[in-house]
Amino acid sequence: MATWQPDPSFYPSPRLAAKAPPEQLAYVAAFDPARKSPDSIAVVDLDPSSPSYSSIIGTVAATHAGDEFHHFGWNACSSCLCPNAPHPHIERRYLVVPGLRSSRIYILDTKPDPRRPQIVKVIEPQEIAEKTGYTRPHTVHCGPGGIYVAALGNKDGKAPGGVFVMDHESFEPLGRWEVDRGPQQLAYDAWWHLGFDTMVTSEWGAPETFENGLVPEILLGSKYGRRLHFWDFTKRKHLQTIDFGEEHQLVFELRPAHDPTKPYGFVNCVISLKDLSSSIWTWYRDGDKWAVKKIISIPAEPADPDLLPPVLKGFKAVPPLVTDIDLSMDDRFLYVACWGTGDLQQYDVSDPFNPKLTGKVRIGGIVARASHPGAKNGAKNGKLNGGPQMVEVSRDGRRVYFTNSLYGAIDPQFYPEGIDGWMVKLDAKSDGGVAFDPKFFIDWPKGQRPHQVRLQGGDCSSDSYCYP
Amino acid sequence: MSTPAISSDIWLWLAIAGLGLFHGINPAMGWLFAVALGLNHRSERIVWLSLLPIGLGHALAIALVLFLVLALGLVLDPGLLRPLAAAMLFGWAAWHALYGRRHKVRFGMQVGLGGLFLWSFLMANAHGAGLMLIPAVIPLCLAASPTHALTVGTSLPIAFAALGVHTAAMLATIGIVSIVVYKRVGVGFLRRGWINLDLVWTIALVACGVLLLAI
Repeated sequence: MATWQPDPSFYPSPRLAAKAPPEQLAYVAAFDPARKSPDSIAVVDLDPSSPSYSSIIGTVAATHAGDEFHHFGWNACSSCLCPNAPHPHIERRYLVVPGLRSSRIYILDTKPDPRRPQIVKVIEPQEIAEKTGYTRPHTVHCGPGGIYVAALGNKDGKAPGGVFVMDHESFEPLGRWEVDRGPQQLAYDAWWHLGFDTMVTSEWGAPETFENGLVPEILLGSKYGRRLHFWDFTKRKHLQTIDFGEEHQLVFELRPAHDPTKPYGFVNCVISLKDLSSSIWTWYRDGDKWAVKKIISIPAEPADPDLLPPVLKGFKAVPPLVTDIDLSMDDRFLYVACWGTGDLQQYDVSDPFNPKLTGKVRIGGIVARASHPGAKNGAKNGKLNGGPQMVEVSRDGRRVYFTNSLYGAIDPQFYPEGIDGWMVKLDAKSDGGVAFDPKFFIDWPKGQRPHQVRLQGGDCSSDSYCYP
Repeated sequence: MSTPAISSDIWLWLAIAGLGLFHGINPAMGWLFAVALGLNHRSERIVWLSLLPIGLGHALAIALVLFLVLALGLVLDPGLLRPLAAAMLFGWAAWHALYGRRHKVRFGMQVGLGGLFLWSFLMANAHGAGLMLIPAVIPLCLAASPTHALTVGTSLPIAFAALGVHTAAMLATIGIVSIVVYKRVGVGFLRRGWINLDLVWTIALVACGVLLLAI
């Protein structure tokens, strides 16, 4: 139902959104790597004054097993205030939760009780494939005119992957987004610059190349994704491809500046085939084209082969495996999750071409197994596995949350004994610097692993804005 | 020839101007687009410049409906025109309530002046803006005609005058609102101040239909 005033969680500009009150709840996608029990969305209490702070206070189980909950998003957000296609009186109320493996999409209503969301609709994979031509739904973004979902496979589970749109009230899959996809074949993430009518998409691979884990031959042959694609957002037409080159593999998370007047953004490249380093790149407007520049390179760390999983023994090094990044609302701090080494790094990117490392913590990691001040069992180093992965930043930039599982089929390639899930929180100083909140360590219930975190009312990777 | 009508039907002309104010004040009719473009380019000049194609697009949409309905009035039985126009208003209200929130994103923040014109034209049409003027324009045209029937000679000048009054009021409104928001208030007020004008709009369409049948 339409409301009388705009949803209070909608902000015209990122500047105003940064003044939002602190979040009280997080929704976290969790999955069963054995695919035996249904995946779930967990509700986590983030209110420091609450007795149940830093614990899971509710879970919503899927109706099926084996969905592989991964990323998810809201039905509507601040872009509803955009002047060209305004929808200001719709509510940010429903979570759109895709099963990356099953291609099923669940709609959860958070309104009657935000602590106990309920599944109100399940869209079966057949319907999505029939109406959009896509499967393996991944990224979900609320945007002008509907819900945009980046999907990794076509209806046969092969390339091309792409983007489809769903109605943000009825949740009906409306169809494929691209009118002209040009040379784009591989898909992964998708986001946009509303101020420049530009969509950006990145690349992982066709589902058959990752659903049983990364395939070494494909990786070493540089056949996984390594390109960015730029699109005309209103004409839905492919404009430009930027190839990062044979050395670079897995170009993943897209974090465009929130300020619609800034034509730049950041993307992570997971691995260099030359030296196993990870890198961060800035894409930017250069004349009438887009261009990229590598701004951060994080080297692999030499390691005793005995401590490494089989896939890495020959390299005698642990790669940083930067698999997620997140940009603060004021576009000042970039958070970089190094799933391999266990670092969570904070860079000041006020100058998007001259990043400065302003803080870091280490937790888990393939070799480090670094501990947390709040981990139980008096856990010393050597206890925690997995590493910083999906990272989410509060709208005011003062709190950073992250979890430790990457993807069911890839987790055991780098953490062969399996991953014991955890979720932690950092406190961030307003001028840079991060530290663990010693009271916030969630030892994730056995049998499930946590992935993406979404904060109640919006976060730094949920909303986009039309006003500076 | 229309002078006596203006003096006796001053309230109808005020209604036409009032509808210009009502249309203009709705952020979805364009002033907010002008403000957004100005803010993104940090240019007050862009705000002013954008208002022109927005006003013209709106005026063209109004003109299209006015002349279409009046043309119908010339060929139809006079007794049929009012119920027909009222039915159109009710139908538009129903469509607006059910589907009015669905629109494709054809124009974005890189829109040019031509795109703004087209956007405004489409938005005004989709909202049934022109239909709202019918309950005021038809009585004016009838009153202006000595035989109290719609004729080209009496209706055309009235329609043009109505279009002018409405557009002037609309332009003045979007000009004042956008410059006040751009320079003083800021878009932050939208968070609470952007009331559901779509709902008001639907009610206005129904009210216009009722008026048309009543008068």
